[in-house]
Amino acid sequence: MRPDAVEAMLPFLTQTYANPSGSHRFAREARRAIDEARDVVAGVIGCLPGEVVFNGGGTEGDNTAIRGAIERRAGVVVCSAAEHHAVLHCVEHEKGHVVGVDSAGVIDLADLERVLRTVSNVSNVSVVSVMAVNNETGAITDMRAVSRLVRSLAPGALLHTDAVQAACWLDLRTIWPLVDAMALSAHKFGGPKGVGVLAVRAGSDVAPLILGGGQERDRRSGTHNVAGIVALARALESTDRERAAECARVEALRETLVARLMSVGGVHRTIPADRAVPGVAHVCIADVESEALLYLLDEGGVCASAASACASGAMEPSHVLAAMGVDRGLAQGALRLSLGHTTTESDVDEAATVVTSAIERIRSATKGR
Amino acid sequence: MSGGVDSSVAAALLLEQGHQVVGVTMRLWGGESDTGCCSVSDVDDARRVAQQLGIDHLVFNFTDDFHRHVVDPYVADHARGITPNPCIECNRHLKFDRLLERADVLGFDAVATGHHARIENIDGVWRLLRGADDAKDQSYVIHMLDQDALSRTLLPVGTLTKVEVRAHATRLGLRTATKPDSQDVCFITSTKSPDGATGRSSFLRRRIELHAADVVDDAGEHIGRVDAVELVTLGQRRGVAGGGGNKRFVVDVDVPQRRVVVGPESLLLVDRELGSSPTWTHGPVDGRVWVQCSAHGEPRAGSIRTNGVDGNQVDVVWDEPQRRVSPGQSLVFYDRDGGWVVGGATTASLTTSAIR
Repeated sequence: MRPDAVEAMLPFLTQTYANPSGSHRFAREARRAIDEARDVVAGVIGCLPGEVVFNGGGTEGDNTAIRGAIERRAGVVVCSAAEHHAVLHCVEHEKGHVVGVDSAGVIDLADLERVLRTVSNVSNVSVVSVMAVNNETGAITDMRAVSRLVRSLAPGALLHTDAVQAACWLDLRTIWPLVDAMALSAHKFGGPKGVGVLAVRAGSDVAPLILGGGQERDRRSGTHNVAGIVALARALESTDRERAAECARVEALRETLVARLMSVGGVHRTIPADRAVPGVAHVCIADVESEALLYLLDEGGVCASAASACASGAMEPSHVLAAMGVDRGLAQGALRLSLGHTTTESDVDEAATVVTSAIERIRSATKGR
Repeated sequence: MSGGVDSSVAAALLLEQGHQVVGVTMRLWGGESDTGCCSVSDVDDARRVAQQLGIDHLVFNFTDDFHRHVVDPYVADHARGITPNPCIECNRHLKFDRLLERADVLGFDAVATGHHARIENIDGVWRLLRGADDAKDQSYVIHMLDQDALSRTLLPVGTLTKVEVRAHATRLGLRTATKPDSQDVCFITSTKSPDGATGRSSFLRRRIELHAADVVDDAGEHIGRVDAVELVTLGQRRGVAGGGGNKRFVVDVDVPQRRVVVGPESLLLVDRELGSSPTWTHGPVDGRVWVQCSAHGEPRAGSIRTNGVDGNQVDVVWDEPQRRVSPGQSLVFYDRDGGWVVGGATTASLTTSAIR
């Protein structure tokens, strides 16, 4: 976590431990902290404070936007094949349409147009959910183009974006005017796990997923996670303030890292530099299995991932790379290295050294098999 | 580490012996199953034991290989009326091939498992011997190990009885100490479906067409029907033999003709058997051996001789007439004097007359 976010949340775990829904002085203090956090978050998103709903994280935000919207407006839900499972599994559950992605890992606009036209002919589109930035590859979606298509071909639909991976690297104020709902998760910008935001445009009717005490104006019941919300707001504020400078700095580091990785040969960059957020270096490595690579990286002090894990802890083949049409063999050599606000030049140098030597070791050990 | 007591204790014993140990669970099967070596709760057990022992635990996803080398052939064999042993194919292609290769790539010297068998170097040759616990011996299912694999495999519980293994687990306070042994094929559920179908039948019925067949006696008289000729195994008695006081066995399964023949045991008796695709622990061997024909079957006396193109077949001649081994089962050869495994082969699919 960002140290300032840790510092911000501590008083609410110790002194001001009250439930903000109460009426006594400690409750009022906690309430004030949430109100201020809401103002901060609204400022960073560019929305109204009343449009901010605090919740338990990105998955809850995606579930609420999609399933809550369907409950209020019958119709078909549409998303891209590269969405996070938090969206994809909701859409599959609702028997919706999954739109293909292009080779750069973002929704295929021609296919989206075709699906929107087809569905609109026989039914109506209730929700379109398109991620702003892909969680595996870092690929950036042209939300402006998506919004234009949805508004013209399915004007009644709620347009939701999973912006969990975008918050760190993109100005959310440029995305919010294009959509009706946006999900964020605090732990993707230096806040704590288990707290997030769903921004819902005023007037958009989205049913709550969780019923109970009526917190968050009946949109998300359950006692407020006060410390988490305060830390979320502080982390988001700091991230927003430093974003422009961090993007430039981290992008330069990422380019150094990718160039070093590609120097060993047979390493393929998954997304072109100008179409991915700076914080993700995603490559597919020929003749290397990620499972073996990750073990050697861990041994060498580099903690990385390749794709999502299943309940047993085993890595699953990436549905994102499969949707992009990446060869299954090459996809088995997927590697995602993440960079962030703590990453330094020497980190990148060390990571590149560890990864390249691990690649060479695996290739020499498997040669001739 | 399957999440069972044997591999838990194997890991603990290696640690006590001073080895650097990393626990690995292979994820092999993504489908539905309530038993076996890759359910989430078994992986949880393996991970918790590893945590208790203070070693790292990894899960490797080998589902693609498992499908290709174990599940697909299992289904295809049944469609031809052959009853394969998927655990042997898993050992052949996954544990002692894929995993051994992965261990090598990652810089490990050896792979250890919880199998009840022993590996010893006798006069410069790696020998695969039966486990100390006769009732639990698993040398049969890992007979395909060659010198290279044997030299890089450790079987720490092979010198212990099952009772001793459990005692070790209890002494160490391992959560798997009293966990029951797994008996079933890991990708097939052990519970019956509401209509009474067995797990195997339900599993296969979703993947291949199963055909009803006539049951006739050895004189050709029709005596009944079976639902699925593909699920009938040579030598089987239950469910097909009809009434009457005499013991009757399945003596022929003819899938293309949808016909099952039952008859007295004498019709199952043969002088020889043919094995295909043999493997050898230390090169091909001709001569007198003990032959084991099922996981815990009584060894039979016989002689073997390799033949065919590049020695891809083994003739087994029994000392005394023996019941036929159903096609797809493994014949495992043990040295008459040393008692070690010399090799194994899979029974070829041949009609009774061809063998007699």
